[in-house]
Amino acid sequence: MPSASCATTAVLQALASAGEPSQLLPAREQMAFTLGFHIIIVPFGVAFTFLMLLANHRGLRRGDKQAMLLARRWSKVAAVLFAVGAVSGTVLTFELGILWPGLMGRYGAAFGFPFAIEGIFFFLEAIFMSFYIYGWDRLSPWAHFWTGVPVVISSLGGASAVVAANAWMNQPGGITMRAGRIVDVSPAKVFFNGAFWFETIHMLLAAYIVAGFVVAGVYAAGMLKGRQDAYHRTGFLIGFVVAAVTVPVQIFVGDLVAREVFHSEPAKFAAIELLPDSGDHVPETLGGVLIDGKVRYGLPIPDMASLLAGFRPSTHIDGLDAIPAPVRPSDAGVSIVHLAFDIMVGASMALLALSVWFAWLWWRHRRVPTNVWFLRCAALSGLVALVSLESGWVVTEVGRQPWTVVGLLLTQDAVTTHGNLWPFFGATVIIYATVGTGALLVLRALRRRWAAQGDDDVQVPYGPEVPAVSAASPESRTP
Amino acid sequence: MTDAIGVILFTGVIAYAVFGGADFGAGFWDLTAGGAVRGSAPRSLIDRSIGPVWEANHTWLIYCLVVLWTGFPPAFAAITTTLYIPLGLAALGIVLRGSGFAFRKVTLRTAQQRLTGVVFAVSSVLTPFCFGGIAGAVASGRVPSTGGGAPLSSWLNPTGVLGGVLAVVACAYLAAVFLSSAATHPYPDEALYLYFRRRALAAGIAVGIVCLAGVFVLHVDAPRLFHQLSTRGLALLIVSAAAGLAALATLRARRSRLPRSFASLAVATVIAGWGVAQYPYLLGTHMSLAQAAAPDSTLWVLVAVACTAAVLIAPSLAALYVLHERDRLTSSA
Repeated sequence: MPSASCATTAVLQALASAGEPSQLLPAREQMAFTLGFHIIIVPFGVAFTFLMLLANHRGLRRGDKQAMLLARRWSKVAAVLFAVGAVSGTVLTFELGILWPGLMGRYGAAFGFPFAIEGIFFFLEAIFMSFYIYGWDRLSPWAHFWTGVPVVISSLGGASAVVAANAWMNQPGGITMRAGRIVDVSPAKVFFNGAFWFETIHMLLAAYIVAGFVVAGVYAAGMLKGRQDAYHRTGFLIGFVVAAVTVPVQIFVGDLVAREVFHSEPAKFAAIELLPDSGDHVPETLGGVLIDGKVRYGLPIPDMASLLAGFRPSTHIDGLDAIPAPVRPSDAGVSIVHLAFDIMVGASMALLALSVWFAWLWWRHRRVPTNVWFLRCAALSGLVALVSLESGWVVTEVGRQPWTVVGLLLTQDAVTTHGNLWPFFGATVIIYATVGTGALLVLRALRRRWAAQGDDDVQVPYGPEVPAVSAASPESRTP
Repeated sequence: MTDAIGVILFTGVIAYAVFGGADFGAGFWDLTAGGAVRGSAPRSLIDRSIGPVWEANHTWLIYCLVVLWTGFPPAFAAITTTLYIPLGLAALGIVLRGSGFAFRKVTLRTAQQRLTGVVFAVSSVLTPFCFGGIAGAVASGRVPSTGGGAPLSSWLNPTGVLGGVLAVVACAYLAAVFLSSAATHPYPDEALYLYFRRRALAAGIAVGIVCLAGVFVLHVDAPRLFHQLSTRGLALLIVSAAAGLAALATLRARRSRLPRSFASLAVATVIAGWGVAQYPYLLGTHMSLAQAAAPDSTLWVLVAVACTAAVLIAPSLAALYVLHERDRLTSSA
């Protein structure tokens, strides 16, 4: 996330110097910061809960006590992260209005309703999450397991609905405008817009990859410290296998998404490929930046971009010169999109390599690898996956600029013109930093407690420690 | 059609005020529960009572926001560009409250719990004050149709402050009533019951006083709202007052469940009264529901969403409350 924030800062400063509305810079900073924060939590709501159910299922089906303990502990982690996600998601809904009234006021009738659908899914998710988190001791084991299933399903639906709104900003459709106001909406065309399936599947797979590798990374780190028991091996396997299986699928889907962007969002594609001038036989430039409209410092692979986009070296690709000058993105913006794309793809390739390495080790030894270098790489895989996720998000968000809704609404026309957003942004940064740090500290404390005593104590707030079950019973209270 | 969406919106506002309000109010009692030892019992009851339900209850807020911005986009933009200060404060308050509560749940050291608990409790008071202020600003017609109204005086005025104070007191009242009932079941605790019963009675009287004061404030500061409330909304207000009195009476008579229903009814009818008094306007007398409404096709989507909510969410929520009530949701997590 810091890289994303820094990157956005650079482009924002570049934009701000060009006589933009005064609130554009803080508004974009704030949106980038809070969304960049929230997107880290998303994989845990969407995919970590799935891992939790896998562990739970294994525990019930095979009587695997370690898997059961994992599921139980993961549900506590999920509870903390779900709360953080619920509130940071709420901030985003406020921000849509506070920062971008031009978007909501003019396009709320179309852009807004996917969020209403998301609201239903989120409602279900929150309700069943409570059943699952609080139902461990008093519901029958299988009934308890089944209360987790709607959580996983509705999280898929909720994430899809939010991505539908984002996809609509990239490829808006299904609206009829008259005198600057939406007069008719075709809901199916708004929701299932041109970019919907590509973006949604890409995002959901990313969520599974991030959650899987982060979980695997935690247990790989534990194994590096010598805790190579069944508990750690099971935790590692569940996370790693889910992520490793998803990575190749994601690379295939990512390739489809890139070609869809080539066909439907040529401006974004030009930025991704760092391509100032239209033409054929376009090289794929690895690294590099755009300075004064010229590509610098990149490593070009001849014809590669044309080959990837159209399967022939002669494929014509529109460059930045095909974009009308007033809405052409800045050099800095283009460079950020390009580099973020390279980082995303590079990180995914590294994760693919790690997955193949795992497959090889498993095939040779038929057990969880104990190879120190493999475990070290696996311990870092969660971070790498997160970097890839954030980079992909930068590609789609910064790559859309200067538009908020492509072809319809410029970001500078969407932003609020009232008040001063800097104090709000400052307060948000402080509070989010506190909450983020708090979440990490709380999770670390949980881990230490589990490592130290292995039982699941909980106690009365502000009071002495008492055993778990009696926490709510009257005799444990200090009058 | 627009009216139906207005009803759908206000249903969400009422649900949020009653269920979310009780959770906020629990934070108020958490804040005032005293030191670590003395406050231990009420705080553990608060944790147990709102733990499994607060996120679901919180979702009503999201529901209201999405219905407002999808159904009445220009009104939403007008509200956010005018009331960005209380909205921003409320948003940050929500972050602190939710995180504070969730963190306290899993921390063990008293010092950490005290810190996270204070964060949870303070933000539980700040947030409803802001929401009440926002309601006051909207109800007194201080949000211009094109937005960009006065950032401070639009809500920091007699009606806005009345709204804020009323919200805080009403939340505290609801919470005390709910908590007193929770103290009788499933683990009866006489001392704790009396503790919250006292507070519920006090808060109930405080709500009554604020409402009476409010009559004069509205008469001077928001004459149109006052007029509408005292004519079209009168029946609802009478129901509200009667329910409020009934809640106090049943509380005094030591009934455990009835006060909850009466208190909820009292709050719900006040909100409904506000809605009826505003009708057919969304903002003051300058923007009607119809003027702000999105095209019919969008409104139909909202109707479908509301029906889905009625079919899927209502039974799930009911199951959540029932299981919670029967103490089936008390895992150590």
